[in-house]
Amino acid sequence: MKYVDEFRDPEKAKVLISNINKLKESLNADEKKPIQLMEFCGGHTHTIFRYGIEPMLPNWIELVHGPGCPVCVLPMGRVDDCIALAERPNVIFTTFGDAMRVPGSKKSLLQAKAEGADIRMTYSPMDSLALARSNPDKEVIFFGLGFETTMPSTALTILQAEREGINNFSLFCNHITTVPTIKAILDSPDMQIDAFLAPGHVCMVVGERPFDFVADTYKKPIVVTGFEPLDILQSIWMTLKQLAEKRCEVENQYSRIVPPNGNTAGLAAIDSVFEIREFFEWRGLGSIDHSGVKIRDNYQQFDAERKFKIPNLKIADPKSCQCGEVLKGVIRPWECKVFGGACTPEMPLGALMVSSEGACAAYYNFGNLPELLAKQSKNLEGDAT
Amino acid sequence: MNSSKPLRKLNANTTSITLAHGSGGKAMRDLIEDVFVAGFANEHLSLLEDQARFELSALMSEGDRLAMTTDSYVVDPLFFLGGDIGKLAVTGTVNDLAVGGAIPRYLTCGMIIEEGLPVHDLRRIVSSMKQAADEAGVTIVTGDTKVVHRGAADKLFINTAGIGVIPNNINITADRAQVGDVVILNGYIGDHGAAIVDARGEMSLENTIESDCATLNGLISSMLDVCPDIHCMRDATRGGIATVLNEFAESSRVGITIQEDAIPVRPEVRGMCEILGLDPLYLANEGKLLAIVPADKADELINVMQQHPTGVRSAIIGKISEKPVGRVILQTTFGGERIVDMLVGEQLPRIC
Repeated sequence: MKYVDEFRDPEKAKVLISNINKLKESLNADEKKPIQLMEFCGGHTHTIFRYGIEPMLPNWIELVHGPGCPVCVLPMGRVDDCIALAERPNVIFTTFGDAMRVPGSKKSLLQAKAEGADIRMTYSPMDSLALARSNPDKEVIFFGLGFETTMPSTALTILQAEREGINNFSLFCNHITTVPTIKAILDSPDMQIDAFLAPGHVCMVVGERPFDFVADTYKKPIVVTGFEPLDILQSIWMTLKQLAEKRCEVENQYSRIVPPNGNTAGLAAIDSVFEIREFFEWRGLGSIDHSGVKIRDNYQQFDAERKFKIPNLKIADPKSCQCGEVLKGVIRPWECKVFGGACTPEMPLGALMVSSEGACAAYYNFGNLPELLAKQSKNLEGDAT
Repeated sequence: MNSSKPLRKLNANTTSITLAHGSGGKAMRDLIEDVFVAGFANEHLSLLEDQARFELSALMSEGDRLAMTTDSYVVDPLFFLGGDIGKLAVTGTVNDLAVGGAIPRYLTCGMIIEEGLPVHDLRRIVSSMKQAADEAGVTIVTGDTKVVHRGAADKLFINTAGIGVIPNNINITADRAQVGDVVILNGYIGDHGAAIVDARGEMSLENTIESDCATLNGLISSMLDVCPDIHCMRDATRGGIATVLNEFAESSRVGITIQEDAIPVRPEVRGMCEILGLDPLYLANEGKLLAIVPADKADELINVMQQHPTGVRSAIIGKISEKPVGRVILQTTFGGERIVDMLVGEQLPRIC
């Protein structure tokens, strides 16, 4: 298939792996103290597992799967708010499919749907607006979530709704931003990451410049990375090369999609509709300043949080969950005490088990489970002695 | 036989099914005789008894065990490229019998109809059931009709049960995979799942993917002629080939390794999966089987299968190993490998 197979060529992969191996000596790394690379984005995590990239890499490189799955980091209280909105009479609640199984404190959207709430999966906020158009006697709410990647489409939908004078459409805004989050990870005292793969789709909207601080202030190499398996391998090689040459810069591996200054039309739409929230609660990471956006006053008629009363309760993460430590790369998913036991994709306890982009679900689905569980029980024995 | 009496007809003004057609009265009798008895046209059904009766001796001459299965069909939409709910209701049940090595013989047909279903849709569905049954050599011998209030069902649900005869010496079970055996697949995967997504029109994709909906008993019969000792065989419907392979690995306590580049996937289906983030390994099929067979019979089997219309793209896609017990490993075309687990949740609802 054109424009797909070229980026999955096994021969080119071999060349990249061999180039990666050549850097080992100048990096002074071994399996006991591997180089830790964090891919921030859940899309990258998915590619890494889907194509089996980890077993192809030498054992002196360790990939740490970051918090870039917007479904995973959604706190329980917000899921409860969604359900409260969805269960209102006369409401059609629309959402991306991934969010359906995220556990709230009492139930998920999937369970609420089974109990009678009118919850529908859509692939785009525009589909949701179309539903509002064709159901003028219903209130249609769109569950907006995602990083900067999905913000332009939500913003443009609101602008379209305003142009058409549609007044039965609103947005429950849970959009979050990448930069404050990467900063929070970099500031955390137990952080051990050597370099980052930056989220390609986010950069397609915001450009490369917002990530300058990673190289300038924190002195870590960062490479804007695409989503095909060769993209990932090439970016790994690029970050290692920076480390070997003792450079730290923002480099762009995904230049076929990402312009240095991003998508100006998309950014303008975001800017006209959204403003930064003072803080936003993340599952596993707690509250992070300026890490979310809300709808500006000019468009408040489209803000579900203002249009309807929501419970807005803070629900603490389950105590046994170690999502936060996994998100920061302090422990591996299988090192969490509940991984594969109390927490599985069928019955997720922690957010990282929910979406296929979540690090724990990826290990559970695509990793060697018996081996991981054996390692886990060995770890737990170690804890006890 | 009741041949002296002509079959009753639906009132000429009847364009859609109403609750009266399920009430047990005259209207129901008209529906049954006009649509079902005339449509399925066979000597068992036209007796209009409460049960079908058939000779034991005829069945006993074909084998030493009976196989029985049942399945309900709720696909949405009712009609899609390559088939409809009626064809599916026959092929699905025929295939469930055939993959156990049985020769499918008799089917039942229970219909739950939502009031308002157009009569011409029902006739069309019955006619494709009849056609699929004739092709597979099975007879629809008894049935039941219920009509429910609008909203109590979605247009039409069909249940079919089937009976077949398993010939002596055929013993196909999921726990018989042995180290050294190979895995055989009879063609392109994911066509049915992709066709249903397409038919729903939600994606507005310009596509022409046809469901692979087909009866497999002909293909299986020629496979058994060459190799009566097929160890495991199942059709890969909901949950796709990933699910069936996991069932084999678990039941047989073996590992299964499959090669991504050996598994046939149409470019259209791959394209749709790329766009929607679906994995063809988990997409539903309605005319695909996986068989685990002794390695020394594999080439001969593939040759025979490729002669058959439902097996043209048959291929060896993997092999059985001792480890890891109960797991399926995919060697990716890219050069890596990963575990292929059972499907969690559902990729797509109401596909069959």
